[in-house]
Order: sequence, then structure tokens, then C-alpha cells
Amino acid sequence: MALCSAVTPPPAIEAHGLVKRYGDKRALDGVDLDVARGAVCALLGPNGAGKTTAVRVLTTLTLPDEGTARVAGHDVVDDPVAVRRVLGLAAQDATVDGLLTGHENLTMIGELHHLGRKRAQARATELLEQFSLTDASRKLAKEYSGGMRRRLDLAATLVAEPEVLFLDEPTTGLDPRARNELWDVLDQLVAGGATLLLTTQYLEEADRLADDIVVVDHGRVIARGDARSLKRQVGGDQLRVVVASREDVDAVARIVERVSGAAPVVDHGARSVIAPAIDAGAVPADGAGHGVAALGALAEALGTAGVAVEDLGLAQPTLDDVFLTLTGKPAEDADAGDATPTAEEVAR
Amino acid sequence: MSAQADAAPAPMSKPKPRDTARGTFLSDTWVIARRGILHMRRQPEALSDATIQPVMFVLLFAFVFGGAISVPGGGSYKEFLMGGIFAQTIVFGCFGVALALSNDRNNGAIDRFHSLPIPRSAVLAGHAVANLIRSFLPIGFMTVAGFVVGWRIHSGPLDILAAYGLMVVFSFAMIWIGVLLGSLVPTPEGVQGVAFVVIFPVTFIASTFVPTSTLPSVLKTVAEWNPTSSLANALRHLFENPGGVPPTDGAWPLQHPVAYTLVWAIGIVVVCAPLAVMQYQRSIKS
Repeated sequence: MALCSAVTPPPAIEAHGLVKRYGDKRALDGVDLDVARGAVCALLGPNGAGKTTAVRVLTTLTLPDEGTARVAGHDVVDDPVAVRRVLGLAAQDATVDGLLTGHENLTMIGELHHLGRKRAQARATELLEQFSLTDASRKLAKEYSGGMRRRLDLAATLVAEPEVLFLDEPTTGLDPRARNELWDVLDQLVAGGATLLLTTQYLEEADRLADDIVVVDHGRVIARGDARSLKRQVGGDQLRVVVASREDVDAVARIVERVSGAAPVVDHGARSVIAPAIDAGAVPADGAGHGVAALGALAEALGTAGVAVEDLGLAQPTLDDVFLTLTGKPAEDADAGDATPTAEEVAR
Repeated sequence: MSAQADAAPAPMSKPKPRDTARGTFLSDTWVIARRGILHMRRQPEALSDATIQPVMFVLLFAFVFGGAISVPGGGSYKEFLMGGIFAQTIVFGCFGVALALSNDRNNGAIDRFHSLPIPRSAVLAGHAVANLIRSFLPIGFMTVAGFVVGWRIHSGPLDILAAYGLMVVFSFAMIWIGVLLGSLVPTPEGVQGVAFVVIFPVTFIASTFVPTSTLPSVLKTVAEWNPTSSLANALRHLFENPGGVPPTDGAWPLQHPVAYTLVWAIGIVVVCAPLAVMQYQRSIKS
């Protein structure tokens, strides 16, 4: 056994058939996950899809009702302490301690990882430096901005140099600037070889950070793959035209349909016409450049027709588009909390 | 969980004790206790129930109500009062830990602790230790305030030691009621609510501020068997303050205040500690 594990270390995360019920709601309804070491995996889904529950099960905060899960080879049910030794968790609301300073927060975590007080303090100083928090290290964390809290929270997860990092909606509630900063920090971590499982509601974020995207809905995995393959399923980038005058909308819709090959979505009120950059079926393996080509063709066609256009561009598919394609209905938030409605019909 | 039974062994798993973290229980408890003490120091307003409030009660009752209440058997009301206020404040001591736990549960701190390789009981124990240390605060403040308004101790050093010892023992017992409360009541606001609806009356239907002999019959019986009364009476007895001489007839608790108080303290720990731990485990499971 020792020999085998020396040759191929166990995957960072492997989960089979995870089920978690809250009352008669199934927050997780048979989830399988497989994350290789050094990989970045994003759980993508709306509120209440079961993302947080999945993270709670994998980080030993809650027991699964069925199924098995291992983190770095340790079973989350049978050997939770071993799992806790190798994981770092940044929960949904940055759980830094507002009444402790940044430095005290990290030192405490280090001491609870049994680094010893001296080493814990040194590690705290080092991490504060790495996350550009040195100036604020002696300030109470409650005085930090949202972005600083997230960075401190992230630093806290790294104190014991974990093998697997769990980040539950790491950028929720951040303004765009703080979000971009956090993305940069995550990029560095990933470049350093960290294994990451993050949850998000934004396809853009999953696309930006993750190699693998697992789309969850009502406690089930409804799709998985890299961003490109998911986008291909959705139909890739969208052509989006806003027409200057309402009378031209229908004419533009015909032009867009000719370029796109698919029937556009027309909104007369907003004077907008939206259609897949290229018909889903026709996207070749490297669909990436085709949005731009289609955009060029459309601009030319519009110019020839002499229609005044207010705005013309490519729009990224959103989580809603993904859900529309995969489930035939838009992403819907489940009830407050993490559980999913018993029957989706109830919500309909 | 039954599904785990047939799970294949982990490729890397080797036989190792399941509770490898147990050896760190004491040091982990102390780290969490230190955090609790830092919390108290950094929000003194949350300490008011352990500092300003007992002193305020001493002053209020000594100077405002004191003149209107007479102690049966004579003696200074201010001296009668102190045993009662000590008892009341110690009973209120359960709220510190209940609030701290409830706050931790609501702001995610408990989750963070539970994602760390520490025994989960260390989180509870850390809170308990911090709050036991906290309970010295009001006892000290009230001792000083009492002396200022004219309270005197008439007994010998052993009795004094026994009196303060009894206060610490009862404080420890109340912490477990606090842990139970903090695990049962989901929000800090709820904890405050229970404080006013349940515990506040319990400390008043007692010999805290007035001798029980002045109460109407049903309340009198309740007050006589109320542990707040027996703690107050035991302290009066040990300090040799007015109202401290146990009567030779009447309810058993009145005749044996120290023993009855100890029985309560032990009873509370024996019943509440396991319940509290169980309830706490349940409150964090989901």
C-alpha cells in the first residue's frame, strides 16, 4: 500500500454518491467529484444548489447521509482529524475574528494547527506580508474593508500550508476592484501548485479561475467540463446589438439571424437583438475565435445595410444561459439557506 | 453513515488512533480561552453585566430600597443585601458564555474552529475557562463596592475562603447552564430574551433582596427551594451577615444552605454538562 501511494498519490478530492438531507429536502442528491492534485475545480450554481453543503461535507463540518468522500486520501467520516490537517477552508462569509488583529487571527489559527507560538507568529507575519496586509496587521479585523477581510480569511486558510483549499464563494460581496485583486491572489496560489475547490455563482469567475467546472443544480451535477466545452454547449459567445431607432429592430434581427444562423432574441423595448455568435452545432473544436469573426461579419453587414447602431459587441454567456440550455429554465435561487426545495414543481 | 461501513480503505490510510488530536486538548483549550479573554477586554460594554451592573445593584438596593426593607432578627440591610447580590450576579454569569457561544455560531467562528485539527470539545472548554476567569471580575467588583457601602465580614478566614470557594463552584455550574442555553437558543437576541423572561425572575423570587418570610405562600415555597436563595443564605451564613443563621425549623434548604447549594452545583454540572455537550454537538451538525 505504501508503495502504491508513493507512485500515485491519491487524488485531492474524490467523492461518490454524496447525499445530504435536511428534513425531506435533499441538499445533495448523489454528487460525484474528482479533483486531481494541483487542479482548480469550480462548483457553479445558483444559491441553494448545494454548493455550500458539498463544501461542508468535504471539510468535515457536516456528515453525509450517504456516499463517501476522501480528501487527500483521508475519509471525511472515518478520519476527520486527518482531513482537517490537510485542508484550508474559507467559508462563505469571511470568518475572520473581528475582535482580534490580523496578526492575532493568523497566530491563533497557527497555534490551533500546533505550529507552536513562535512559529505561528512568524508564519502570521509572513502571510500578512504576502497578502499586502502588513500595514494593517495590528489593526482589529473589524476595521478591515471587505477585500482586506477576504484576503485575511484566505491567509488564514493557508497558515498550515494545506494540501487542498476550499473557498466558498470567495468573491461574493466584493466590489469589482477587490474582486480582481482577489483573483490575482488566487492566480498566484494556483501558480504555486495549490489544489483548489471553489464555489461560485458566476460563469465568468469559474472561467477565469478553474480548469474544471462542475455545474450543480438542486443537489445534482448537471454538467461538467472546462469553460470552453460548457460555453460550446450553451452556444458560445453571444452577438449583441442595440439599435439606435426602434423601426430598425426587425431589419437588424434579420441581419443578425443571417450571420448567426440562429433565431435571435429580440427585445423591442430595449431595442436589442441577441443571438449566438455561431450556431451551436457549427462551432468547431476551437470555437474561441469565431465570436470575433462573427462580430466582424455582423458589423460589415450592418454597415452595408446602413442601420444606425448604438452598441455592438460580444456578450459572455451567463450562468442563466447555461441553465437555460441545460435545464430549459433559468437558474433559480432556492429558498433562503442552503437546502433545495423538495420538488422543483413547488417553485414553478 | 451506514454507507461508510463498506467503503474501501483509503490508499494512504494506515492504522492510526482516531483521536490523534486529543493530546492537544489542553493547549487548544487555552488558545481558545485566551481569545475569549481578548474578546472581553476589547468590548468592555459586553462586560457591563459583570462590572457596572452588580455595582449598580449594590448602590440601588443599599441606598434606594434599603431603608424600606427590614431584616428579621435585626441587623444592617446592607450586610444582608450582599449575599443576595453575589448570588444574583453569579446566576447571571451564565449569559456571558451563552452569548459568546451564540455569537460564534452565528458569525462562522465555530465552523472555522471545526475545520481545524483540534478536538471539538476544546472549543467549548475554551469558552468555559474564559468565562470562569471572567466570573472573578464581578465577585471582585462587588466585594469592593460592598465594603464601600458599609458591608463587613464577621467570620474567620476559613469561612471566608469557603464563601469565595462556593461562589467559584457555583459560577462553574452556571457556565454549563450557559453552554446549554447558547446551544439551544439560535441567536444572541434570543439569549437576551431568555435572560429577562426566565433567569431574571428566578433571581428575584428568592431571598436575594428580601427575606423569604415576607413572601406570599406559594412564592415563599418557591423561594425557599430556589438555589439562588440558598446560595445567598449560604454566603450570609459564611460571612456571618444578618439573615445568615439557619433556622432550626422550616424547609430543609433553609436549614442547610451550604449543603443544599453544593447539591445544586453538582446537580447542575452532572445534568447540564452532558446535555450541553450533546446539544452543542447537535447544533453544529447540520
